[in-house]
Amino acid sequence: MRPGARALDIGCGEGDLLALLAREKQVDGRGLEISQAGVAAALARGLAVVQGDADRDLADYPDDAFDYAILSQTLQTVRDPKAVLEELMRIARHAIVSFPNFGHWRVRWSLLVGGRMPATRALPSAWWETPNIHLCTLLDFTDLIDQLDLRIDAASALIRGKPARPMKPGLALENLRAEAAIFLLSRGSSSAHAEPGPGEKLL
Amino acid sequence: MRFPANRPLRLDSGAKIENLEIAYKTWGELNTDKSNAVLICHALTLDQYATGSNPVTGKAGWWSKAVGEGKPIDPARHFIICANVVGGCMGSTGPASLNPKTGKPYGLTFPVLTIGDMVRAQAMLLDGLGVETLFTVIGGSMGGMQVLQWAADYPERLFSAICVAATAKHSAQNIALHEVGRQAIMADPDWRGGAYADAGVRPEKGLAVARMGAHITYVSEDALQRKFGRGLKRDGLSWSFDADFQVESYLRHQGVSFVERFDANAYLYITRAMDYFDLPGKHGGKLAEAFTGARDVRFCVLSFTSDWLYPTRESREIVRALNAAGCRASFLEIVSDKGHDAFLLDEPEMHAALTGFLKATAKERGLK
Repeated sequence: MRPGARALDIGCGEGDLLALLAREKQVDGRGLEISQAGVAAALARGLAVVQGDADRDLADYPDDAFDYAILSQTLQTVRDPKAVLEELMRIARHAIVSFPNFGHWRVRWSLLVGGRMPATRALPSAWWETPNIHLCTLLDFTDLIDQLDLRIDAASALIRGKPARPMKPGLALENLRAEAAIFLLSRGSSSAHAEPGPGEKLL
Repeated sequence: MRFPANRPLRLDSGAKIENLEIAYKTWGELNTDKSNAVLICHALTLDQYATGSNPVTGKAGWWSKAVGEGKPIDPARHFIICANVVGGCMGSTGPASLNPKTGKPYGLTFPVLTIGDMVRAQAMLLDGLGVETLFTVIGGSMGGMQVLQWAADYPERLFSAICVAATAKHSAQNIALHEVGRQAIMADPDWRGGAYADAGVRPEKGLAVARMGAHITYVSEDALQRKFGRGLKRDGLSWSFDADFQVESYLRHQGVSFVERFDANAYLYITRAMDYFDLPGKHGGKLAEAFTGARDVRFCVLSFTSDWLYPTRESREIVRALNAAGCRASFLEIVSDKGHDAFLLDEPEMHAALTGFLKATAKERGLK
């Protein structure tokens, strides 16, 4: 993310990422957070955060209001992920989206062998209490990106808390290995699922 | 501060007020950069005594919980200004003031005012105090409406703005509730067409009833229920229309104590100004248009879950417009069962939000 960029962090919690981006990258950050406790904490540390719901309130922002819209581990919790992705790409030139990969081998193993809804490190909640209502695999996600005519500028896999590793999200092996994934998206399809371009490094 | 006759307050109605007087209080010192001024805008029946002791009531100032040493707004750091609105009855020119042309109280010959007029008078006061820009303008309820008006009319004079428990326009319900209060005052035979001062009387009963009705709108059903329930004043019912229930005697007390400190005509004029308030209406129906000049202003909007007078959705409308205008806005809905008046009460969440917002904004402004 280039210094001084305008960014909206959707589901920003207490604003940890916004505070980091402001400190490290002088990012002009805004937040959207559904929980009162999260907004109160973010406000108390001086961040510009609005209490609201990603499913409903992204419509309030004008077109191209931001350079980046960040949706960190939130996509799987919204009512209408497709509409939310469309809103992200309307209000920002780029979107950074991360989510847990339901195609990870532990998830598959847990369901196949255990016969129960998977509870893994990336997805620790029991089925009846999880906020994750729209889980997907890497392949499911890239299908939706194609359908929305978006471009993947970069993709990285997250495994066991190690630094993000660039990957080709269309590969079956990555879909097994990645616990979670981060995508940098832009408008307009081109060479879908491209390698990260020069200078297009994720955080 | 008294303004000479050649500097009248020009009103939205086209009329003007000459020899304008604005009663105000300040706390703290203006720093050498003149960058630490805070303007507090008061609600309908309040006054310039935001903190410290109110000489009229003998009680603590109305926002002593948020304003004072060690509080979010602190005279050790801020130069705090609070002025009685024009049209009020605590020293600023209002319907009870003497009309210089007749030597008699204005009464109903006083011109009808708007929130915009109140803000224009505040701007004149700031000019007189040598305060060019405000570190922040803050207010709750009608004070919040003034904050929004400031952002629309004088954005270049604001560094930040805090709007608490307010709305960008009065709803049909807001107007309806005010109309009941006004009719109660005007139905009192002692009102005398507004010229009660000439007759040496006051429409106390009408004003008290207006206050009783309004007071219900400032609290919540849950808070009333918790405080009073069906509790009785004495054992058993009186089988009459005396105040049997605690909530009745509470409301009667609210009414009676209010008339000691407030003028009936001022109540008419200020409620009218609130009813006329329609910021989107003044900008082609698009509230965002009101804020196009305020993109550099840092906004904080706060609402309360149990406020049914200016419910959260009206604060959300403000936030939506600020976002659409590209302004920098924060918004928090605070969980409270105390209703609209929660902003005046001990609400730690609100005070924490104010402290956080003001500290971060002070850093950006280069204040200590």
